[in-house]
Amino acid sequence: MPDSPQTTQSPVIEVIGLSKQFGSFAALTDLSFTACQGEILGLLGTNGAGKTTTIHLLLGLITPSAGRIRILGRDLPEERREILKRVNFSSAYTALPSNLTVWENLNVFARLYGQRTDRKKIHDLLTLFEIPEVMDHLTGSLSSGQLTRLNLCKAFLNDPEILFLDEPTASLDPDIADKVRHQLRTLRTERRTTMIYTSHNMHEVETMCDRVIFLSHGKLVMAGPPAAIVQRAKSASLEELFISIARNGYIYEEPPDTEKPPCGSA
Amino acid sequence: MWLRINAIILRYFYLHRRSIARTMEIFFWPVMNLLVWGYVTRYLESIAAPRLVAFLVGNVIFWDVLYRSQQGITLTITEEFWVRNIINIFITPIRMTELIAAICIVGIGKSLITTAFLGILAALFYDYHLLALGPAILPFFGNLLLFGWAVGLCTLALIFRYGRAAEALIWGIPFLIQPLSAVFYPVAVLPGWLQKIAWLLPSTHVFEGMRLAQQTGHTDMTMLFTALGLNLVYLLLGALYFGWMLGKVRERGYLTRLHLE
Repeated sequence: MPDSPQTTQSPVIEVIGLSKQFGSFAALTDLSFTACQGEILGLLGTNGAGKTTTIHLLLGLITPSAGRIRILGRDLPEERREILKRVNFSSAYTALPSNLTVWENLNVFARLYGQRTDRKKIHDLLTLFEIPEVMDHLTGSLSSGQLTRLNLCKAFLNDPEILFLDEPTASLDPDIADKVRHQLRTLRTERRTTMIYTSHNMHEVETMCDRVIFLSHGKLVMAGPPAAIVQRAKSASLEELFISIARNGYIYEEPPDTEKPPCGSA
Repeated sequence: MWLRINAIILRYFYLHRRSIARTMEIFFWPVMNLLVWGYVTRYLESIAAPRLVAFLVGNVIFWDVLYRSQQGITLTITEEFWVRNIINIFITPIRMTELIAAICIVGIGKSLITTAFLGILAALFYDYHLLALGPAILPFFGNLLLFGWAVGLCTLALIFRYGRAAEALIWGIPFLIQPLSAVFYPVAVLPGWLQKIAWLLPSTHVFEGMRLAQQTGHTDMTMLFTALGLNLVYLLLGALYFGWMLGKVRERGYLTRLHLE
């Protein structure tokens, strides 16, 4: 079970009627949800369900076809730069330049977030993720586990209030993955960082997420705390529920979850 | 703002400091180009045209300014696609204008280093003195930088739109411009209808202006100002086209797909 969420009453992310159309393909249809401060919200679904598209929309990398996004009380895309100063992103599918050292990469990105940094601050950040020894190593020489943790160090450079994590533990061995999860939970508790989390590892989702949103073919099909939706769907586990939705789509007669999230907004 | 521009400059400083391949881009290819054209010129000069060195060597050096400034914009951004870093940059608060400004500053630095190095080699090998052009060397240089940036913005817009398939344009587009720019021959040798097109390019005014300066010792200010005026128009059009295309790219999701290509 995740640590008890440090949520407040004001949602930090509000998504209302979000749709994204790529030509004739509907990547997302009428998606609405909120996320509260200090909450870890999981985005679940098969490949192509719309998870990454949702994250890219929330980061302003792509523009919505319809709907409204408010992050930290500001509208996307109008106030994108102000929002980006206060959020960050880490993904298994992005990389930092391999021909720069770890220090060089983090120094460059700290400045991009408007922060002058020094080696001590970077060292402290690397220590937080248990990789201080790689500070002067070329990024290209790091192992997958070290690279993932370096990406997370990059993501914490600006002390983000919201962190978007796209399969952050993909390709990690179970030991490192467990350490990363533990570190993220600790940071969430200490800093009250909101995290939007995608993963195909259902055990990880159950461990990490306070609430999950199931997407299928770009539509929200279920939402709620992991244990609650498993119970509601009469599934044996979250994994079984995932497989059921993946193979059968939206098979449940009840409408998508309308339970009010912890910070109050529907 | 300056901190973010400085970050991008620092990123490319780190990159070039450690990469022999990228240092070659500044020194090796321009030097090879100069040596080949320099010796071809020497040979032609010995058999026919005594003033060829003055025309050709200088123009070869200055052509490189345009070529490298266009590549400065396109290759630096494309590099971020190659290393899957583009999304990391695009989710920082950096403005597109800041990113382009940083890339242009890096481009100025690289062009100055290349031009100075080629200028020294030209003096040593061919007794050609770039500084003999006088103070006009700066507006010639500046105009070619500006045109390179305008062409670079358009090229970059096409790369954003068409992805890796369009990368060949980085090297191809300059050579579409070169035959019309009067780099190696006067614009007068072109057919009449083509001359009209050629005079629409700022680079033609620069290279014709340089040719005139080398022949007469006189700098035609009209040509320089015409080149500047055309550059401002092309830069504005290039920026508008790039901005419009970036909007399309965000709308259609090309940026995130390009990242995964």
